[in-house]
Amino acid sequence: MGTKSFVFTGSGGQGVITAAIVLGEAAALHEGLNAVQTQVYGPEARGGATRADLIISTDPIRYPKVINPHVLVCLTQESYNKFAPIIRPGGLLIADASFVSTVRKADARQVVLPMYETVKEKIGKTIVFNICMLGCVLSLTGIVSREAVVKAVTSRMAEAHLDMNLRALNLGMELAQAAGTGVISAPRQTVSS
Amino acid sequence: MSGTLRFIQGNEAVVEGALYAGLGFYAGYPITPSTEIAELLAERLPKRGGTYIQMEDEIASLCSIIGASLTGRKVMTATSGPGFSLMQEAIGYAVMAEVPCVVVNVQRSGPSTGLPTAVAQGDVMQARWGTHGDHAIIALTASNLQDVFSMTIEAFNMAETYRTPVILLLDEVVGHMREKVVIPGEGIPVVERLVTSVPEGIDYHPYLAREDGRLPMSDFGGVHRYNVTGLVHDMWGFPSNDPTVAYNLLRHLVDKIEKRSHEIVRCQEHQLDDADILLISYGSSARSALHMVEKGRDSGIRIGLLELNTLWPFPYEIVRRAAEKTELVLVVEMNMGQIYQEVKKAVRTDRVYLVNRFDGVFISHTDIEKVLNVVMGRGV
Amino acid sequence: MPTKDFIRQRFFPHLWCAGCGHGVIMASLIRAIEALNLPKNNVVIVSGIGCSSRMPGYLDFHTLHTLHGRALAFATGIKMGRPELTVIVPMGDGDASAIGGNHLIHAARRNIDVTALVLNNSIYGMTGGQNSPTTPLDARSTTTPRGNIDPAFDLVELAKGAGASFVARSTAFHTKELEQMLEKAISHRGFSFVEAMSGCPTYFGRRNKLGSGVDLMRMFRERTVPIGSEKKKTDPSLIERGIFVDRARPSYTDQYRYITQSACEEH
Repeated sequence: MGTKSFVFTGSGGQGVITAAIVLGEAAALHEGLNAVQTQVYGPEARGGATRADLIISTDPIRYPKVINPHVLVCLTQESYNKFAPIIRPGGLLIADASFVSTVRKADARQVVLPMYETVKEKIGKTIVFNICMLGCVLSLTGIVSREAVVKAVTSRMAEAHLDMNLRALNLGMELAQAAGTGVISAPRQTVSS
Repeated sequence: MSGTLRFIQGNEAVVEGALYAGLGFYAGYPITPSTEIAELLAERLPKRGGTYIQMEDEIASLCSIIGASLTGRKVMTATSGPGFSLMQEAIGYAVMAEVPCVVVNVQRSGPSTGLPTAVAQGDVMQARWGTHGDHAIIALTASNLQDVFSMTIEAFNMAETYRTPVILLLDEVVGHMREKVVIPGEGIPVVERLVTSVPEGIDYHPYLAREDGRLPMSDFGGVHRYNVTGLVHDMWGFPSNDPTVAYNLLRHLVDKIEKRSHEIVRCQEHQLDDADILLISYGSSARSALHMVEKGRDSGIRIGLLELNTLWPFPYEIVRRAAEKTELVLVVEMNMGQIYQEVKKAVRTDRVYLVNRFDGVFISHTDIEKVLNVVMGRGV
Repeated sequence: MPTKDFIRQRFFPHLWCAGCGHGVIMASLIRAIEALNLPKNNVVIVSGIGCSSRMPGYLDFHTLHTLHGRALAFATGIKMGRPELTVIVPMGDGDASAIGGNHLIHAARRNIDVTALVLNNSIYGMTGGQNSPTTPLDARSTTTPRGNIDPAFDLVELAKGAGASFVARSTAFHTKELEQMLEKAISHRGFSFVEAMSGCPTYFGRRNKLGSGVDLMRMFRERTVPIGSEKKKTDPSLIERGIFVDRARPSYTDQYRYITQSACEEH
């Protein structure tokens, strides 16, 4: 497998940092892989664009930051505009259909999925938006097993919210599988925020 | 190593190490990027009967842990640059009164408020000479979280062994990053407080060192009533103006650490055996240095890393020996050359170069490679 | 026990000047501790830096001579480290209210169970007579050669304002009263604050032409009155003595014990 790097971006409160921690924990604790997670703190982390980095590798990880991610997730237009240029050529860019309109021509596979809308419609609680996103990442990359992520989600989330989180994870995986047909990945015409 | 595998932040690894070592009292004041240490201990210390207190500032934080240490508790505070500056006077007090305590400084960019959330390693010299007057100090550091955990335990062990403040000099990158750590259930040696065996009614001399240099303590509230002061003091702890007493005390304070540097120094060698190029680094910078070593080796460059886990007392002898076998020495750090200057003192070669950053950006292997290319005559 | 059993006789005579009030205040403190029957091994004296802060050297308890202004911070660590100990903190006026002012108000706010005894002689004595936060307006000191323009703190009001649950004031002249006050202060569960007005004939007295130590003692007798005295109504410049605050409020030490208990029960 070698080394795969991820950058999850969005706005404060969307849970991108938690998502990175959960995926890192899944890899490090349940798949026997190495993982290093970092995030941007400070004024940059207040509002604006939040960023969480994650490296997963079969080898020891020395340099902990991600410069050009294999996988970039953008949950807001602002984060898309800011971070889309850093994606590794040939990488995978996942964006949310409600918040992002992909205007750039990037040398990457861009997948736009209605994660937010689906969570809102099927679960009704947008707090699990991030875990739905994680389901998409999982499905599109196969970086770790679903069981590993389920274990990590289970250990991190309050029991009362566990079921909801696992449903969001499944929804995300299903969304991404459907995207394989090319039906959903068409860029949206409007940006809702 | 058996134990619990965790995926945690560096600051949490400090907490785990401190609890493993037997931390009983923590006082602190919130400051980025060390605050998680306080938050986690506020949650966890009371559960094991320990004490957490948020003081009114960093001065009070350090003073209160010194007080608590005298009652027999293992103590710690954590801070960053501005708070570390405020603590300097009390660090000197702990040096002078020989009170064991651990001071964690998760370094950020300075001077002053600087870049509060950005990484730097600019407090290396402040750790050495921040408090006034001649003295010796122990400062430890680590580049990965397993080492953060074990060096935290070492910090407590050395504080108890040498009756001195020990500074754990981390940085924002190591403090905030998450990676795997094994928290062992047991197996790492923990040094407990050396308590005097002098019984009640017999004169106890709190500042009369044994032949091995160690000074057994007696807790405040115990059977021996004695005086503790920041003034020059005699073997009973009472103030003295006698030049002989002053000479002996300062000699003792410095020698107990400098003469035992062989016990205190911790270094790690990475692929040094046949290296022509020696990188010297510490803390999070050493991660990038090690990345450079692995990358260089892949392309046939004979390059190795000497990683320092003890910064003070500085391992001059180890650095000298490592440098003798190589043609080129590059010191990798995130300041304007604080360890670089020490390395230059240690080695005989002129071929010592500094690879650094001080703009708040984490130093990368690319930064090292660029300098390496220049000094090897390959251009930028 | 005779007083000599509470002191370290090898350090006598003490370094305080002739006429200084600190010695008699220390004697009141000793008698208060004696009256309370506190085992010597259970008492910790913590001081900062200054004339009054030499007290721990003279007293045969666990003694800690700390940094200028920081005595209450050290004391907080001792009390929280070993709550069963009785912690008494003699400080000077500059020590307690200038450099240590922040620690004073926060110790009072927390209601940590220690006794702060401020020996207020309105001057920095150890360094040779500079003005302090309790030097009266217009008074002369080496650093106010044309008269002091810094308004003075009323330490009792300061302690009250910060939430101290026991606040009292007496003087070096009223030794019995001070002794009884200290007894109550030390017994009080929570932060207790006692201001003991002391005379510094060497610097304050001389520079302000107030006479000898005896004259300063006379001044304490004549210029202070018990709380609620009729005299104060006709002469508001008189300084009140007595216990201004004595109320029950959960002490920090007790509160923390509850925290620890409930945290341990979470398991």
